[in-house]
Amino acid sequence: MSSTTNYILGVYDDEDEVLHAVSAVKAKGIKIEDVYTPFPIHGLDVAVGHARTRLPIAAFMFGSLGMICALALISYTMVFDWPMIIGGKDFFALPNWIPVTFEGTVLFTAFGLVTTFCISNNLYPGNKAEPLDLRITDDKFVMAINVDKNKVSATDIKKALKDSGAIEVNTK
Amino acid sequence: MSHVVSPIREKLVTGGKSYSDVTHDICKQVEGEPTKEWKIAFGISALVFIYGAYCLFYTWWQGIGVWGLNKTVGWAWDITNFVWWVGIGHAGTLISAVLLLFRQKWRTSINRSAEAMTIFAVLCAASFILAHMGRPWLAHWALPLPNAFGSLWVNFNSPLVWDVFAISTYLSVSLLFWYMGLVPDLATIRDRATSKGRKFWYGLFSLGWTGSSKTWARYEYMSLILAGISTPLVLSVHTIVSMDFATSVIPGWHTTIFPPYFVAGAIFSGFAMVQTLLLITRVVFKLEDYITIEHIEMMNIVVTVTGSVVGIAYLTEFFIAWYSGVEYESYAFINRATGPYWWAYWMMMTCNVISPQLFWSKAIRTNLLVSFFLSIVVNVGMWFERFVIIVTSLHRDYLPSSWAMFSPTMYDIGDYIFSFGLFFTLFFLFAKFLPVVNMAEVKSVMKGVSSNFPAKKAKAAKKSDEE
Repeated sequence: MSSTTNYILGVYDDEDEVLHAVSAVKAKGIKIEDVYTPFPIHGLDVAVGHARTRLPIAAFMFGSLGMICALALISYTMVFDWPMIIGGKDFFALPNWIPVTFEGTVLFTAFGLVTTFCISNNLYPGNKAEPLDLRITDDKFVMAINVDKNKVSATDIKKALKDSGAIEVNTK
Repeated sequence: MSHVVSPIREKLVTGGKSYSDVTHDICKQVEGEPTKEWKIAFGISALVFIYGAYCLFYTWWQGIGVWGLNKTVGWAWDITNFVWWVGIGHAGTLISAVLLLFRQKWRTSINRSAEAMTIFAVLCAASFILAHMGRPWLAHWALPLPNAFGSLWVNFNSPLVWDVFAISTYLSVSLLFWYMGLVPDLATIRDRATSKGRKFWYGLFSLGWTGSSKTWARYEYMSLILAGISTPLVLSVHTIVSMDFATSVIPGWHTTIFPPYFVAGAIFSGFAMVQTLLLITRVVFKLEDYITIEHIEMMNIVVTVTGSVVGIAYLTEFFIAWYSGVEYESYAFINRATGPYWWAYWMMMTCNVISPQLFWSKAIRTNLLVSFFLSIVVNVGMWFERFVIIVTSLHRDYLPSSWAMFSPTMYDIGDYIFSFGLFFTLFFLFAKFLPVVNMAEVKSVMKGVSSNFPAKKAKAAKKSDEE
């Protein structure tokens, strides 16, 4: 958050109120920057208007990559680089390789997914970003509206927030 | 939010807590000075750890000849302890992943400490893997690394190599899942911090979390996918551990029932260990409103179900040993129950098959003292199960002249003590420096499950339901 941004913050103390307030405020033609909450609220991202995340696609791709890498490593070592007859089986003993291939798939999926998640949300150790209101990580729900991105006047925004049930309206 | 909770459900958070009370109650442990009870408990664990570390160091220095192994019994306490700890390490991920997929809300108060316990248990298990190699500094030989022998690779057809991959994947994925669950709660501590040091450290690990609805939406998806991949992962781990035995040709080990039987046993012992720790934690940290009798009862029900599965597996093994008509197989089982290790076998049967059946009585499964006692009994039984499987199958082999008994030395015992020291030292450090209950998740299920939720909010919830 750059310090020059002009925010109006509506503070709510109930998850259902903030969820209804989002639709009420939007109905007045006000663009909401984001809503900050202490815990996930189902349907809030849809109400605010965020696009559905593509993380599952990333997870699938990392999983496939893991599977291919595991199979490639095992085939290279067991079939091409140093083939050995083990238990009288073929060099290419696919059923025996399923456990390691599975673990490789899971490992790549988990680390790829979490890394993608952190990058897409700009989460990294040493990130000094702080919530717009310190009570967000405790018990308050904060709707942030960027005045510069809205055609509606600041006074009207504040009124809309108050009307929708905000217990406080602050600026930042 | 979905507030559709049946009115006959027990409340999962009692005492009329508000969101802010949750934050306060859980952060109190992290922010306050360590209590006297904590210092005493931590001191004892650290002493046990130091004594155990000496024994383990001596084992590494001298080699595994200091153990009581002999030519006939080549695996005993080392692998028993390994399987026991890995089994215990199944509950955390099961609670956080499987119960998340099943949308079990009672999971939220206990998943954090159960996952921490999982990670520490797997570390304890790893200490036995390293020790039983004899030359732990060559442990990397189990990995497929290019080497000085013309790239002689590891054998990917061997269950022992599968185990290396399974355990290391399980440890790292569990750690990742646990850490990602911690991030929002670390941010809570960061935002409450009054000292610079705390603000820095919790700020560093909370990765700049702001609580944005966009981040939360992605976070929910990420948790769901992690749960989805952790569920088969957790089942694969003990399946592969069981294959270390099942793919051998030793009578008593060579059985196809091992994978499901080991997984059930793992969940059984893991839940019992979570129960033991929770019953201590809720009293020491005064978390009775978060870890309620309802939670204890749910855990006991899982213990009964998995204990019964294990009981059926024991009986099936016996039946198949007779039905197969293989005399070596039959002898292995008759020897277990009536041979020189009969006491270990009947210890296992009593602790694992009979004792969990007591939980059919509601009075017993909601009694804290009895639950605590039985949770320890279950883990004693599960240790004996692994001892029985490993030692009684080995000690009388095909050649009667080589029949032998196993007796542990002080280093067998000392290395086992080491794992307890490690486990409890890590657990007490966790309980002091990290929030023991997942605050964000508890808050997210409080409406509808918390008793006497402040009237204003209840009204708002009602209003939203009508709309």
